[in-house]
Amino acid sequence: MEFIGGKLLQVVIALAIFAAIIGILMLVVDRAPKSVKDKVTVAGFLAPAGILMLVGLVYPAVRTSMLAFTDASGQGNGFDNFVWMFTQPEALTTLRNTIIWTILVPLLSTSFGLAYAVFIDKARGERVLKSLVFMPMAISFVGAGIIWKLVYDYRGPGIEQTGVINFIRDAMGMNPKQFLLDAPENTIFLIIVMVWIQTGFAMVILSAAIKGVPVELIEAARLDGANAWQQFRNVTVPGIRGALVVVLTTITIATLKVFDIVRTMTAGNYDTSVVANEMYTQAFRAGEPGRGAALALILFLMVLPIVVYNARVLRKQREIH
Amino acid sequence: MTATPAPKEASKAATRQRPGSDPAEDAQPMMRRVKTKLTSKWATAAAIIIAVVWSVPTFGLFVTSFRPAPKQVGPRSNGWWNAFLDWDFTVKNYTDVLTPAGSQSANLSQYFANSVAIVIPVTIFVLVLASMAAYVFAWGKFKGRDALFIFVFALQIIPLQMALIPLLQLFTQTLHLPAGSYAQLWIAHTMFGLPLGIFLLHNFISEIPGEVIEAARVDGAGHSTIFWRIILPLSVPALASLAIFQFLWVWNDLLVALVFSGGTADVAPITQRLAEISGTRGARDYLNPAAAFVSIIIPLLVFFGLQRYFVRGLLSGGLKG
Repeated sequence: MEFIGGKLLQVVIALAIFAAIIGILMLVVDRAPKSVKDKVTVAGFLAPAGILMLVGLVYPAVRTSMLAFTDASGQGNGFDNFVWMFTQPEALTTLRNTIIWTILVPLLSTSFGLAYAVFIDKARGERVLKSLVFMPMAISFVGAGIIWKLVYDYRGPGIEQTGVINFIRDAMGMNPKQFLLDAPENTIFLIIVMVWIQTGFAMVILSAAIKGVPVELIEAARLDGANAWQQFRNVTVPGIRGALVVVLTTITIATLKVFDIVRTMTAGNYDTSVVANEMYTQAFRAGEPGRGAALALILFLMVLPIVVYNARVLRKQREIH
Repeated sequence: MTATPAPKEASKAATRQRPGSDPAEDAQPMMRRVKTKLTSKWATAAAIIIAVVWSVPTFGLFVTSFRPAPKQVGPRSNGWWNAFLDWDFTVKNYTDVLTPAGSQSANLSQYFANSVAIVIPVTIFVLVLASMAAYVFAWGKFKGRDALFIFVFALQIIPLQMALIPLLQLFTQTLHLPAGSYAQLWIAHTMFGLPLGIFLLHNFISEIPGEVIEAARVDGAGHSTIFWRIILPLSVPALASLAIFQFLWVWNDLLVALVFSGGTADVAPITQRLAEISGTRGARDYLNPAAAFVSIIIPLLVFFGLQRYFVRGLLSGGLKG
């Protein structure tokens, strides 16, 4: 266990440096002359986070946007990277997969999450049932990848199956299936993993929203003779519209950035790559940072409408406030 | 912007809906009551099916991780469910993956320590820096405050993929951050965690009653005193949820680690090691489930132990209006 010492020392030094910086900052803020005190405070409190975000996010985003128009040797090549992206069959597959991911994952996760939240609402053992579905949220994508590899495990026909699904197929007299190898449906089997992770998130948010729908409204609908489905459609869903938008937005963004699942389960082979994974492969494995940057830029452009929409909602709320 | 007080409303709804105390329910004719009961029965069944389907993969991993090594070299010969027929469990897999014996060892205890050494400072950095910025955004007065805040909100959505290449160049070529230390990972994770952190904390801090801050100011307290003595103690629930968020996120990260850690046993976190050993096929494949479980046990403990705060954080940040 001798390795612990060096690691601990690094952590302690880092925390000491951090404490020193914050301490000096507070001293400066407190000692500032009265005339500029408010300005110094704003600057001092905002500076550390502001500088880190400028250096870590704004500057790289600008640099990457420029890098997207260069080739492997760093020379400008106009739109070549984008032409590559929209013409090469492999790159097109990647784009196609990303679109399938961003449509299916938010849709399925939200539907399952909503259905589950409705089913267990006020049920016995609601908290335990919630925890079971929410639990995958805590598991890393890498861990989830290993868990699902185990589920999808494949053996040749005639051999005892070790994967749950192939075992069931076997018992039903069907041939075992190579879930991760057979394109194009293998993308669906990767998507299932992401749905497994995100459903819990959707369920927790939507469950809280459902409990916020006024009981009087549901009672009124019931007295009017609405059946369970009509109550759900005409009272519950409109009542939780805001939460639904938030859930769909958040999951869509998470899905666009998904990288680890594909990387650990198929490494993007067998036609399963997505933009986020391909970006890593191109930039850090294939020595094509320009192409990687172009893919990152496309990713950003895909997320942009969601940002604009949310920023507008946010601004409206601040105006009301 | 208002954080929906979901838990409060939830309990209100629950008390109002207490069975038997509801006059409308008593007025229901017999037929309808039977009908609601039936539908709820189906709903419960569906909920239980979903809960089982959601838990089986993790449960399977858990059982597999305690199964002895296969008789002949190679992957195991039967599925985890057989463990219940021929009762045979061992903890040898765990000792094998944790100890640094043999060239093929996963040597996970080293990487586990790395994960701890990475995640603790990052969580502290983000909490302190984000709450300082959030305080200024909520209570500071300066021109362009709202516009700047919306800009920070939008930063959340820059895909990490866009930031990686320039940031790596900056770290190694311009700043000459030492390779083989945690510094790059700490700084990168802190940068990436700030926008969400500021956003979540801002929601909470801006809800603190203005009178509290006014009173302190009348008593002669400066901004730094107000921040450390009043704002931070009052924000503990929000800080707790952000801490859990940040912890899970950094612990589960693979992408940032792949780019900035260098992949050595001195720095790389457990997810990276896990991705490595699960990506290579070998005679010790059967150890992967135990390795995966070592990596997910801490987030699971954090998750189940602090679930309430985690959910509260999700709700205050996610649900608007």
